[in-house]
Amino acid sequence: MIGLLGELTDSLRRFLERLGAITRFFGQVLWQSPAVLLRFRLVVEQVYNTGALSLVIIMTCGLFVGMVLGLQGHDLLQRFGSEEALGTGAALSLLKELGPVVTALLFAGRAGTALASELGLMRATDQLSAMEVMAVDPMRRVVVPRFLGGVIAMPLLTAIFIAVALFGVQLVGVQLLGVDQGSFWSQMRGAVELADVNEGLIKGVTFGIACSLIAVFEGYNAEPTAEGVGRATTRTVVISAVVTLVLDYILTALML
Amino acid sequence: MPAGAAAPSVDADNVAALHGVDFSIDGKVIFRQLDIAIRRGEVTAIMGPSGTGKTTLLRLITGQLRADAGRVVVEGRDVAGLSRRELYAMRRRMGMLFQNGALLTDLDVFENVAFPLREHARLPERLLRNIVLSKLQAVGLRGAAQLRVQQLSGGMARRVALARAIVMDPQLLLYDEPFAGLDPISMGVVLRLIRSLNDALGISSVVVTHDVREISQIADSSYILSGGQVVASGTPAELREHPSPVVHQFMDGLADGPVSFHYPAPDYPAQLLDRSEGA
Repeated sequence: MIGLLGELTDSLRRFLERLGAITRFFGQVLWQSPAVLLRFRLVVEQVYNTGALSLVIIMTCGLFVGMVLGLQGHDLLQRFGSEEALGTGAALSLLKELGPVVTALLFAGRAGTALASELGLMRATDQLSAMEVMAVDPMRRVVVPRFLGGVIAMPLLTAIFIAVALFGVQLVGVQLLGVDQGSFWSQMRGAVELADVNEGLIKGVTFGIACSLIAVFEGYNAEPTAEGVGRATTRTVVISAVVTLVLDYILTALML
Repeated sequence: MPAGAAAPSVDADNVAALHGVDFSIDGKVIFRQLDIAIRRGEVTAIMGPSGTGKTTLLRLITGQLRADAGRVVVEGRDVAGLSRRELYAMRRRMGMLFQNGALLTDLDVFENVAFPLREHARLPERLLRNIVLSKLQAVGLRGAAQLRVQQLSGGMARRVALARAIVMDPQLLLYDEPFAGLDPISMGVVLRLIRSLNDALGISSVVVTHDVREISQIADSSYILSGGQVVASGTPAELREHPSPVVHQFMDGLADGPVSFHYPAPDYPAQLLDRSEGA
């Protein structure tokens, strides 16, 4: 019993230490962000690396999520005789929940792991040390541009995911299952409000900050070994997924 | 200080010096009262068995690590007393060649060498190009300017890193195991480059290595570290005649001597017969 308590205390202490470290790291990133934004070319490169290179996976997954939503939504609404509401239901669930959350999970798996492993390998191969010796701050030159790139890319990816998913819903609902095209779009336009779009946007930005921060933190602080880089990459995905879902609940509760 | 180790002079002839430096990592003592002087314009070799903290010594000079006690003085200023801005200004006058080159893998050869210039100097593109090409020419790799880092052999990567280290015209050049893993031809090339760059650019060089024969050909003075201290210093010729058994073992590459070949372990036969240990 005492041993178990000791282990729990140790785990709690380690968790708090890590939380303190990432908070401090976040402070440093924010502090350096304005200066890095002045060298916008570095940020644009990272928007390309994290955003453009994730487009294929985001669009593919968006299409299939939308198509599944079309099938399931149609099946459910048919029981109540209100298939025309498919567009509204799909748009609201994609804008408010599925879009930001699934994009964040995919972002963590594609761009987050790439960021963490890249930074971890830079640490392991002395590239970050070399920058320090060349009087170049690795936080400013490497970490912050990658963080900002992720933060900018995430809401854009979310918007693209939602648009493609809606196309998938329409493809299945209207083209395949015969829902009336006019009702599908007009009901959606009538029911979706700016507040719903804003909710998706706020979630997209928040998840972008969280996932990018976790990826650059884990990569930058990775143990400089092959095993350490692997661990940092795994932690990036796991922590990002958990944090995204926890934040999703908190944001939903606040915005309802 | 052990017998045979010369006290470092503190005059202006030294570009860098360590005075009574103590340093430990996780309770393990790396240096104890370490005294070393790097004389201006010379190639100074720092030698010693693996694990004696040679790379740590370079990191103390660059200010990446801070000494627990004692002073690390570079260009007359105590590194511990420098602000971050002053430390970075000091590093701009230094170049360091890392053991594995530490080239930035997302840039090609040209951009790797141009990296410090792009970060620190706003030069017209044409001037920058000429400077980078001249440094690549100095290491014999002008023709490799457009290659990716992944396309380079170990020796070529080391030479590109050397071009990058000298692109800001440093006053002090630090080499961390520059010969490790190189074939004899690449080793000879790097060896000649260290000497010729030192003389042609009028800089000072510190070479951390355990390749005794190679470095003895070009070093003006050498230090041998063991047990966290300097056990001998002098010219390569003086070290070869040194009476210390540690120096003798190291210079002649003997497997056993004061520095044990075996890591501390229990008695070998007893361990083999011990049934309680392992499957």
